[in-house]
Amino acid sequence: MNIDYSQELPVVEGRLTLREINDLIARPMDERPNKKYFIALSFTLSLLFIGAISVALTLYYGIGMWGNNQPVGWAFDIVNFVFWVGIGHAGTLISAILFLLRQKWRTGIARFAEAMTIFAVMCAAIFPILHTGRMWVAVVYLLPYPNQHSLWVNFSSPLIWDVFAVSTYFAVSLVFWYVGLIPDFATLRDTTASKIKKVIYSIFSLGWRHSHRNWQHYEKSYMLLAGFATPLVLSVHTIVSFDFAVSILPGWHTTIFPPYFVAGAIFSGFAMVVTVLIFVRKIFDLENIITINHLEKMNKVILATGMMVGYAYAMEFFIAWYSGNPIEQFVFINRAFGPYAWAYWIMVSCNVIFPQFFWIKKIRRSIPIMLMIVIFVNIGMWFERFVITVTSLHRDFLPSSWGYYTPTLVDFGVLIGSFGLFFTLVLLFTKTLPVVSISEVKAVAEGAQPSHNGGDH
Amino acid sequence: MEQNKKVFGIAALYDSPNAIIKAAKTVTDKGYKNFDVHSPYPVHGMDKAMKLPPSKLGFVTLAFGLSGAAIALLFMYWTMTIDYPMIIGGKPFFSLPAFIPVTFELTVLLATLSTVIGMVTFFFYFPNNSHPIHDTNYMKSVSIDKFGLCIEADDEKFNEEEINKLFTDLGAIKIEKIFFPDKLNVKILEPKFIGLLLIVAAFVSVSTYLHLNKVLYLVPFNWMMDQGRLDVQSSSELFGDKFGMRNPVKGTVARGFMPYEYQGVNEPTSPLSNPYLPTKENLSLGEKKYNSFCSPCHGNLGDGDSRLRGQFPLPPSLHSSKSRDWLDGNLYHVIVNGQNVMPSYSSQLSREERWAIVNYIRVLQRAKNASEADIQEIKKEPVTNVSE
Repeated sequence: MNIDYSQELPVVEGRLTLREINDLIARPMDERPNKKYFIALSFTLSLLFIGAISVALTLYYGIGMWGNNQPVGWAFDIVNFVFWVGIGHAGTLISAILFLLRQKWRTGIARFAEAMTIFAVMCAAIFPILHTGRMWVAVVYLLPYPNQHSLWVNFSSPLIWDVFAVSTYFAVSLVFWYVGLIPDFATLRDTTASKIKKVIYSIFSLGWRHSHRNWQHYEKSYMLLAGFATPLVLSVHTIVSFDFAVSILPGWHTTIFPPYFVAGAIFSGFAMVVTVLIFVRKIFDLENIITINHLEKMNKVILATGMMVGYAYAMEFFIAWYSGNPIEQFVFINRAFGPYAWAYWIMVSCNVIFPQFFWIKKIRRSIPIMLMIVIFVNIGMWFERFVITVTSLHRDFLPSSWGYYTPTLVDFGVLIGSFGLFFTLVLLFTKTLPVVSISEVKAVAEGAQPSHNGGDH
Repeated sequence: MEQNKKVFGIAALYDSPNAIIKAAKTVTDKGYKNFDVHSPYPVHGMDKAMKLPPSKLGFVTLAFGLSGAAIALLFMYWTMTIDYPMIIGGKPFFSLPAFIPVTFELTVLLATLSTVIGMVTFFFYFPNNSHPIHDTNYMKSVSIDKFGLCIEADDEKFNEEEINKLFTDLGAIKIEKIFFPDKLNVKILEPKFIGLLLIVAAFVSVSTYLHLNKVLYLVPFNWMMDQGRLDVQSSSELFGDKFGMRNPVKGTVARGFMPYEYQGVNEPTSPLSNPYLPTKENLSLGEKKYNSFCSPCHGNLGDGDSRLRGQFPLPPSLHSSKSRDWLDGNLYHVIVNGQNVMPSYSSQLSREERWAIVNYIRVLQRAKNASEADIQEIKKEPVTNVSE
């Protein structure tokens, strides 16, 4: 338990050789999945099945199956969308921002976090596409294309910015992920014993030869991608927050929203990454590569961003009081003490109070307590989006139309289905692709880089 | 058998990153050009050891990033100001701040995609799974934990013995000769391949047909008509009389309605007093309403000269001493209540409009019976510049 923070900790523990690292990461793909895996998969597939039924009901009967109605016209669809997009932000943060900051410890978790980004954005996309009703013609009004009416999308609308931001984010994350996978595909191609797997890996490795003349451009491209992904990841949740902040509804119309949303996204994303990694490192014996130090560092990020989010909550109240605007003041008092006070206090306790335990080093490094706290954070961040969306809408300017929003079973079904999709994809990913970047971890292992006096200097 | 094959190059394996840096440095210094270093991960300092010029990949990124920004801005400019200009939120057609997000996203999208596609195709010449180095034992080692250096046969200074000696001196753990593989004989007209093509063609045609002819014409859901509310004239089981349409509760008063206490009374003795002053706005309202509702019978100036050419009995003049001596409240009472053949106007005129008409009638009466003082007052008024 006594760790000396004055010295840089080894990124890979246990003094593994390069070949051992290789075998350790590649093993889950060569072994047949065991019983536990199938139990887990059948559980997530059942969640996905519930979601599929709910989506089918929504498509057949229309979005009237959902609980949102006047005055709460935006509810579960936007709440879940923002929740999932937020989850995605940890992956790009780890792979891009921590890369630019030269944080070597990111190598052990970057691949997994990036995969979670991609899956989370896929889950997020379900909701805006479903809410368009007939989603097979959604492309007609979501994208600018030449048409006989000579009509174009409204480029001044935050909703169309959202379409561009989220689709760019998905495309860039996918490309970034794939570029990282190319050398690993080549390594797998050269180590696998199966003929079919070899053909598949060859196709995806594009014929990578580990040549240094290629590595040189490759490293450059990785840096360029990281340089672009960094502002991109900040822009995506900023633009998502514009969906609210650009409107003139009290409770939404605040300039603090962009930084507040970005901090919240990183907060929830890291919580989700820690939640999943705790299980993955245990099940696939990756404790030496995804070490307890990694988890501790992520917990520190959760603590820091959690306090940023707490600051934003307080600042919203301060501005409501300081502005002297009675309607703004009503919205916030109603948020904390009105009909949705239960949701507000769940949010505050999960997001602001529980992460404070991470000040204690023992808790930061204790797996069971950590798991509990990050699950609370996940719940709290979902409620944050719920509180922002629903409490601002349910008391509108006309008291006669005040109402109370209650989600329907179909609403819950689609939400459960999105979790099913996410965890099904995560499970499939752990068995089909290396969950840790093989080449990056090798490069930061002890003795992997030339010593200053050894290389004929 | 190996003798018949063409040699691609000679490759050596090394055990440590220090050894491969030293080997690369020596080979570069000896003047070899066509050689390559292979390592499972990028080894630091190798660019310097191989004397590689800096990567030019950044220029691709720059060019496509700038074009992304330009395409986005020009496209939005064209659609929003030229092709279909529309005022949105009272902002100018070309409102730059609103165009920044999309411009930024398109810049990032084009820059990153072009970087990766450019790198893979123009810098690596990928995909290339038929390179001679694939599937050799050498490749299988450098893929995992060894560091390799391969000098190719088309180098000017290529000499097998010299290179073997050089590699051994540099501490190679294994030296391997790499040959070009046998030419692969791939038949295009193979049944499996043709079958795959046919399946793809069938799938694409069927899905395109279904999309264009069926899915796009699906009837949108039409259960919106089927709602729980009561339609006009429909019956309801909720009420005893089965009527869906209900009368307002007894004693219900409409918003803005003020009950009139002399309804149906003839010439009330103490009528209401006029709450409105004859301001300019009030009088112009009165004039407008008088001309619309009163003048057809009472005449434009209140003389009782109807425009109706005898279709309706003529009313008495408003300039009689009776009506001039009446209180405002009496005139108001007639408008609300009606008198003789004149009907009530309470449903057509609001309270304010009725009082405005009363004020306007007072103006007409005073104009018809102007005193000497009134005429002096008018003569004092400055002459306007309105020409006749």
